[in-house]
Formats: sequence, C-alpha cells, structure tokens
Amino acid sequence: MGDVLELYDAKLDSRLLLGTARYPSPAILARAIRAAKTQIVTVSLRREAGGARAGESFWALIRESGARVLPNTAGCRTAKEAVTTAQMAREVFATDWIKLEVIGDEDTLQPDVFGLVEAARILVGQGFCVFPYTTEDLVVAEKLLEAGCRALMPWAAPIGSGRGINNLFGLRALRAHFPQTPLIVDAGLGVPSHAAAVMELGYDAVLLNTAVSRAGDPIAMARAFALGVDAGRAAFLAKPMTPRDVAQPSTPVIGRAFDEGAA
Amino acid sequence: MRIRVNGHERDVAAQTLELLLEELGYEDQLVATALNRDFVRAKDRVETPLRAGDAVEIVAPKQGG
Repeated sequence: MGDVLELYDAKLDSRLLLGTARYPSPAILARAIRAAKTQIVTVSLRREAGGARAGESFWALIRESGARVLPNTAGCRTAKEAVTTAQMAREVFATDWIKLEVIGDEDTLQPDVFGLVEAARILVGQGFCVFPYTTEDLVVAEKLLEAGCRALMPWAAPIGSGRGINNLFGLRALRAHFPQTPLIVDAGLGVPSHAAAVMELGYDAVLLNTAVSRAGDPIAMARAFALGVDAGRAAFLAKPMTPRDVAQPSTPVIGRAFDEGAA
Repeated sequence: MRIRVNGHERDVAAQTLELLLEELGYEDQLVATALNRDFVRAKDRVETPLRAGDAVEIVAPKQGG
C-alpha cells in the first residue's frame, strides 16, 4: 500500500467507490464489486413491508463482499429528513459514515447546498463522519469544512447523466483551493476516460454507480473503470507536462539530413 | 387506532412502536424506525407509545448510489 487514500479513520488503496443500485442481478453486483476492486460501496435505506426481508439478503451480500459501507441519504429534500435518515442508517449499518445528500432540484438532482451545510453541522455534532454530495462551489465547500466535514464529494455532472466533467474550470479550482482535503468526484461520470480525467486533476477518488450498473456488461465496465482510475492517479503522480500553444519537435532538430543551413 | 405506516393509512391495535412491528410482521427483521420524522432507536421502541394520527417510517437496507 504505497499510495494510501485516507478517509476519516480508514486507510484505503482503492480509489474507486461503487454504488450498488440498478444492477441486472445481485450476482452481477457482487462480481462488479470484485472486478472494481473497490473497498467502499454505497447503500441506502428504503421502506420495506413486514416479512419481506429483501433488505436483509442484500445486506448479507454486501457483508460477504468485505467492502466497507457508506450509507447515503439519497432522495432527502430537507436537512431534517437527511438527519433522521442518517440516524437510521447508523443503527442499521453500524457505521458513523454517511454520504449526505439533500436534493434541491428535481430535474438536475442538484444539491440544496443550504440544507446540506445545515445537516452536515448537525450530523458532525452527533459524531458522524460526513461525506457531503455537493457542487464545485468554493464557498459552499468552505462552509462544509467549517461544519466539520473532512472530505467532500463534488459532482462532475447530474446524477446518472454520464456526461463527464461539466465544469472543468470549477473542479480544477476546487482542487487547487483545498489541496489537503480528500475530494471524491461523485456523480455524472459515464466512461473510464471521465474517471481518468478527474484523477489526472488530482482528485483523490471517484464514486460511480450508473456508469457501471447500466453498462451492457457491468462486470467488464467495473474492471475498465478500475483501470481508468488507476491510470489517472498514476498520471497525476507522474506530474503531467504543461500544455503549449505551439508545436515543439520531439525529435532533435540538430543533425537532420539535408539541412543545408547547418555548419 | 388509525396511523400512517410508510405513507399508508392503517388501523392498528398496537399501543407501542415495538408492538406495531410485531403486529405488522417485522419481528426480528433488520429495520430502522422513525416516528413523526424523528429517529427512534431500536432499544427505545418498547417504550415509545403510539397515538392516533402518528406517522411511522420503517426502513430496511437497500441498494443505493
């Protein structure tokens, strides 16, 4: 474990977090988790009828995978809903970790950043390790850190859109502004090159769901994303060259045959 | 007594949250609960009374992104 990712109390060597929703089957989900070599998977809570026990069999599958769980508050519309959902998740999943979502817009599933900061402050006060799903807004990021968050999860594009990086400048600025804070791009990535691109910017990890689960072959796509994340991270550590506006020959000019101007 | 359970109106006999879970067949099922939008810990259900008009949420693990 040379290149360690530290998230709260955890030290990880995988930089790919995987969502568990919308796979063709539980068996394919289990194989995708293995193919992605992920160490953190996201889970949620939903209403269930008495005697259904679907939740328990899902939870058994996740425990068997050995991955750490990051419960979410997906779909919550207010800080109050998110706080109560987080409290319920802590009891069921036996973890203080919470991926905090407070949704403010139906069409884009854009975070309600005001409710997000409010909920983050409350949950940190209750001992939660909060991973807020946020935008690339620098001021909101600062407020979340002030509230006690020790990691941020900015979007690349709307959840499930697969569009890749919508605001390259914004994500680059966020990374530059908070060089010590773990930043995980959550939402909007569609193909492994998107993941590689955000890792090349210096992001610490990515969280994927739909791009893997709705691929024609989720297991193969999980593997492809793992390669993309690793490639992007390796490239970032290797310090990419600075782009130029004019060409520069890579082959030495001196000594070229037929060069009549040379001495 | 008429209450709401997971968004649906129901007539129930249970006087506490613990008894409600038994009445609705949850028994030892892995669930979390909220009453009127406030979380109720599993160990507090036995002492949590229900009143007409209450709204109960009963949730279980589910796939999520």
